[in-house]
Amino acid sequence: MPFRPLFSHPPKLPSHPVILVVGATSLIARELCRRFAARGWRIVLAGRRGDALEEIAADLRVRWPIEVTTLVLSPQDPGAADECVARANAAVAGGIDGVVVCHGKLIQEEDRFLSPREIRDLIDVNFTTAAVILGTAAAHLEQRGGGFLAAISSVAGDRGRQSNYNYGAAKAGLTAYLSGLRNRLAVKGIPVLTIKPGFVATPMIAGTPAEDSVLTATPRRVADDIDRAILRGADILYTPWYWRPILLIIRALPEAVFKRLRM
Amino acid sequence: MSAGERSLAGWGRQPRTVGSVSEPTTLAVARESIAPAHGGSLIPRGLGRAYGDSACNDHGRVVVCERLDRFRSFDPRTGLLEAEAGTSLDAIIRTFLPRGWFLPTTPGTRQVTLGGAVAADVHGKNHHHRGSFGGFVDVIELCLADGSVVRCSRDQHPDLFFATLGGMGLTGLILAVTFRLVPVPSAWVNVDYRRTRDLEHTLATFAEHDARYEHSVAWIDCMARGRRLGRSIAMHGSEAAASDLPVPWRGRPWDLSVRRAHTFPFTPPCSLLSPTTVRIFNELFYHSHGSGRRVVDIHSYFYPLDGIHHWNRMYGPSGFIQYQAFFPRESSHAGLRRLLGEIVRSGAASFLAVLKSCGPADGALLSYLEPGHTLALDIPYARGTIDDLCHRLDRILLDHGGRLYLAKDAMMGPTTFRAMYPRLPEFLTVKRRYDPNHLFSSSQSRRLGIE
Ligand SMILES: Cc1cc2nc3c(=O)[nH]c(=O)nc-3n(C[C@H](O)[C@H](O)[C@H](O)COP(=O)(O)OP(=O)(O)OC[C@H]3O[C@@H](n4cnc5c(N)ncnc54)[C@H](O)[C@@H]3O)c2cc1C
Ligand SMILES: NC(=O)c1ccc[n+]([C@@H]2O[C@H](COP(=O)([O-])OP(=O)(O)OC[C@H]3O[C@@H](n4cnc5c(N)ncnc54)[C@H](OP(=O)(O)O)[C@@H]3O)[C@@H](O)[C@H]2O)c1
Repeated sequence: MPFRPLFSHPPKLPSHPVILVVGATSLIARELCRRFAARGWRIVLAGRRGDALEEIAADLRVRWPIEVTTLVLSPQDPGAADECVARANAAVAGGIDGVVVCHGKLIQEEDRFLSPREIRDLIDVNFTTAAVILGTAAAHLEQRGGGFLAAISSVAGDRGRQSNYNYGAAKAGLTAYLSGLRNRLAVKGIPVLTIKPGFVATPMIAGTPAEDSVLTATPRRVADDIDRAILRGADILYTPWYWRPILLIIRALPEAVFKRLRM
Repeated sequence: MSAGERSLAGWGRQPRTVGSVSEPTTLAVARESIAPAHGGSLIPRGLGRAYGDSACNDHGRVVVCERLDRFRSFDPRTGLLEAEAGTSLDAIIRTFLPRGWFLPTTPGTRQVTLGGAVAADVHGKNHHHRGSFGGFVDVIELCLADGSVVRCSRDQHPDLFFATLGGMGLTGLILAVTFRLVPVPSAWVNVDYRRTRDLEHTLATFAEHDARYEHSVAWIDCMARGRRLGRSIAMHGSEAAASDLPVPWRGRPWDLSVRRAHTFPFTPPCSLLSPTTVRIFNELFYHSHGSGRRVVDIHSYFYPLDGIHHWNRMYGPSGFIQYQAFFPRESSHAGLRRLLGEIVRSGAASFLAVLKSCGPADGALLSYLEPGHTLALDIPYARGTIDDLCHRLDRILLDHGGRLYLAKDAMMGPTTFRAMYPRLPEFLTVKRRYDPNHLFSSSQSRRLGIE
């Protein structure tokens, strides 16, 4: 029962578009790339670990006769995100037609306050780098007059909770940023997709109680949802769909009640 | 159960165990999960299609390899494919059958991993010609108990290679496998069906036709008694050329438009397979398959059960075992007769009884097939009586120089195991060499006394 937005237009794409996938080593991204490649889409895999990117590239190349390029964004280089889109454009003939930002970092903060370093780090990884890449990509796509943008935010960005408000705040920032970009690019016919997964069975939540929750979805299911939403040109995707009503309720709770809940 | 602990069983859904599960997503993480620092014994697990407890480790660690599912390389000149150990045969078929390549030999389900196929040295319906899966494996990349990675083959560390093939995960964690795909003219099989009167006729049919067909299998009606004991439908198959295919497929011989699988939706409170329902089914099956030739697609011929996900649920909550026996050629007639007689007498209804012909062994130390026949049948699990029945069946096997398949076994004891697997001492020597502290251990290996 996926939610269908009223006014979505599929992105304008050439027959073999080039997609930049940032944080391509994430399990969700790995699954998503297989769906892109199966359609003959070309892919630039970006991430911080070259060997891990090469493993993914090799898999895609064996499966489908497509062009796959890897782009290592060194974690030592503070300007890596600034250059990301330019480097991707330089790496493939014709430049990129779409961007999916997938990287993210979670620190459980249930029983302690994070250190200043951890706080900066969470906001930097989840918000700042994503915003920089999406912002530069938006300028590129606006000029090109087509394509799409997508980024994985989180249901955690819909309302701050004691167990992960640093992460949640960064994701809330990302959600707001995407909403602004969408507003700006709508007239150009460039869809911007905000992806809000609930719990997904990936290394990010391994070892946390969420891992065994009945609500936890497989990366495959989530990747299927994301892929369809991109093709549709959707705005906001809750995946799996049941997170939309759940968050509707969570957002509607009065603060006086919410602040006393343990979640 | 604490976080990370899960209730686990094999495909037969019993015995149930509790294991602390990790699911690495990259080979690097898989290697880390071996590190002795983590403590406690460990067993690798693929897609859990072994029927018994070989991929379970009660109160120990279980490393699920499903997500190690990347292809590494494929050489279209030789058919050599290298892939991570969690890659399923299903993924391989989906990728390569449309390009005209297929597995050199295949078990009766696509839902097994490469690691599981190597660890059980699986066999298909063409064992009498091609041997088991191991014969097509060139290299096994293995993570040992000390965390080091070795590539073993017939030339490099052959001791480790032949202990790992068929070694049920007890020598190390298989990280990647290099093996050969074979070109096929189409995704279809020419099948000749022959209805046989009794066991003698069934074996005579195999003897007469096996040489001329790549694949050979018979479905035996376990309900038939007396002079009909061992009556069957024999299904001999060979590659179909494009010109043999139904007209719509002639121009695209490898294209099997996606067939939808159905899911067995829930576990009924009791088994649906009473002696009466099985008798009716068997009667219908036997009489609806006449003799004659048909062109059948690869999925229907090799994987008839994959059409229904979770079909194992129909045995109800108490589960079932699959008893798969091997008899060497000299004694297979006498052995099969006694085995079938015992099953029929016990009234333990069997839904499936599959007979296959086997050829030469491939040198794997714990591999179980040699020239002869193998019979596999399901027995619903019934506490108390099943132990007794299995002991009687094991006795028949031992009397006839037979052997039980470890990928199906859930009940065997250590003495029987030792008697059936004469190369066990060689296997243990290699295991001690590479895993001196017995890090790799499963519920099955402890039951069998592999320490
Ligand atoms: C319907 C059905 C039909 C079948 N038909 C046949 C058949 O025709 N012929 C046949 O030979 N078998 C057959 N089997 C059995 C099946 O092929 C084997 O049990 C196979 O080993 C299952 O693979 P898996 O990936 O599910 O492994 P699991 O069942 O999870 O594990 C099986 C063994 O492999 C080991 N293992 C798994 N992965 C690794 C790894 N990465 N490294 C080291 N060890 C590992 C485990 O420790 C365990 O000992 C059938 C099973 C079913 C359910
Ligand atoms: N799993 C969930 O329950 C869940 C729920 C909601 C939203 N999400 C979001 O989904 C996205 C994908 O995550 P996933 O679930 O697929 O998890 P994952 O497999 O653990 O992937 C995490 C990704 O983020 C990258 N990353 C982690 N820390 C980083 C850092 N400091 N700098 C740069 N990159 C870093 C990782 O790169 P390396 O491989 O190099 O480490 C990896 O590509 C994330 O944005 C996450 O926030 C996940």
